[in-house]
Amino acid sequence: MPRIKVEVDGVTYEDDVEPRLLLVHYLRDRLGKVGTPVGCDTTNCGACTVLMDGMSVKSCSVLAVQADTHDITTIEGLRINGALHPMQEAFHSEHGLQCGYCTPGMIMASIDLLRENPDPSDEEIREGLEGNLCRCTGYQNIVRAVRSAAHEMSHSEVTSHD
Amino acid sequence: MIPGSFDYLRPTTIGEAVSALAESGEDAKVLAGGQSLMPLLRLRLALPEVLVDLDHVAELREIRDTGDSVFIGAMATHHQVIKDPLVRAHAPLIAQATATVADPAVRHRGTLGGSLAHADPAGDLPAVILALDGVLIAQSAHGPREIPAADFFEDYLTSALEPAELLLGVRIPKLGTGWGFHYEKFHRTAQAWAIVGVACGVRRANGAIEECRVALTNMGPAPVRAHEVERALLGRVATQNAFKAAAAHAAEGTAPTGDLHGSAEYREHLARVLTARALTTAAGI
Ligand SMILES: Cc1cc2nc3c(=O)[nH]c(=O)nc-3n(C[C@H](O)[C@H](O)[C@H](O)COP(=O)(O)OP(=O)(O)OC[C@H]3O[C@@H](n4cnc5c(N)ncnc54)[C@H](O)[C@@H]3O)c2cc1C
Ligand code: FES
Ligand code: FES
Repeated sequence: MPRIKVEVDGVTYEDDVEPRLLLVHYLRDRLGKVGTPVGCDTTNCGACTVLMDGMSVKSCSVLAVQADTHDITTIEGLRINGALHPMQEAFHSEHGLQCGYCTPGMIMASIDLLRENPDPSDEEIREGLEGNLCRCTGYQNIVRAVRSAAHEMSHSEVTSHD
Repeated sequence: MIPGSFDYLRPTTIGEAVSALAESGEDAKVLAGGQSLMPLLRLRLALPEVLVDLDHVAELREIRDTGDSVFIGAMATHHQVIKDPLVRAHAPLIAQATATVADPAVRHRGTLGGSLAHADPAGDLPAVILALDGVLIAQSAHGPREIPAADFFEDYLTSALEPAELLLGVRIPKLGTGWGFHYEKFHRTAQAWAIVGVACGVRRANGAIEECRVALTNMGPAPVRAHEVERALLGRVATQNAFKAAAAHAAEGTAPTGDLHGSAEYREHLARVLTARALTTAAGI
């Protein structure tokens, strides 16, 4: 069985894994990081989105062995000193969720979107999140949440330079 | 669902990858970005005994200027291709069409080589490579082989690659000046595959069309060149009417099928309408 060394949410793990083990199952079943859900079998829904070296990937479509030597961030690794990430705050305050099933993936994809484009238009937000499906909200409040987080994050960067 | 079990090989060079494929024979499968293969494994529609993962073959990710052409390595991700300055300068059609593929997370892992080897009739990139007269470079234990795009896409999910052959990449001839390009894709919802797509390039000199390329996505089991459209435009002045008249030939020689996204007749109609739009946009009129 291959042995992998992977950093997940800032902690390094070394594990023997079966080659067929999906990254999302490694995260959930081995590491107990059940914040990342599985929504489909076809790489469509985006519920399982995590960041791999800072870039969004669908963790149901990456093997755990492929995460070897890489750095993974899940929704559970976003809190800084106990405080929610501004994107989590924005989804909360703008009502960007109802049942919450798509939310971890939406938030991870949204963080990746702002990394590439810190000040996206509504159209760009919709395009950036096209790989994440939501059955509940109709997306309006999700777009609003990302816009609000973009504003908040650029603002906090400016103030942190003071 | 959980994939069936398989042995996993992780070569780091092209030589190692080719040997791994030669040794494992027909039971091996290449894993590129996994964005088409992983769902097939999870649904157990594919049950390979050995998976040869190309993720660590760094040389396959290279995009190089080779003088009169640009070589794009098979493992160049969609994300990488969209941003690459050489691709943008010499093959902007590839960059534009790739940006319409799937969604950002899929584009971070999915590769150009995987999209071509997979040979999905609804895939956007086969028609683009066909329109640009790309040449695919493959390698097996017997040595390298060049396959023109026109011979590569054989049938539904079937390319000219042999089971133990590795796709190394694709060579795209540089097309001098005066060209305009466009990929026009029709789909109903975000992130969906093309119902029909049209890849085209138009070269004009003194207002008249000197050269023209049109290739269609999803108008049959493999991408097709719309040669009648190309011929009808030679020497014509580039006007909307000329494009519309030529585009009336777009469905000739195609063999689309009907499915839940649309009937064969609907696809023929789309091919004509989208070809006129694609040509008009490519010519910038
Ligand atoms: C939700 C979703 C939406 C999508 N939408 C689109 C779309 O709109 N348009 C589009 O064009 N595509 C779309 N795709 C497909 C996407 O572009 C894939 O990346 C692509 O089809 C396969 O590339 P890959 O690198 O992931 O290959 P893989 O999935 O790893 O491999 C695909 C096949 O090619 C073979 N293969 C791969 N590389 C090589 C090689 N170098 N040599 C020999 N054989 C090889 C593999 O063995 C396998 O059989 C979508 C995918 C998903 C999940
Ligand atoms: S679970 Fe649906 S994309 Fe991963
Ligand atoms: S909040 Fe229920 S799926 Fe998005």
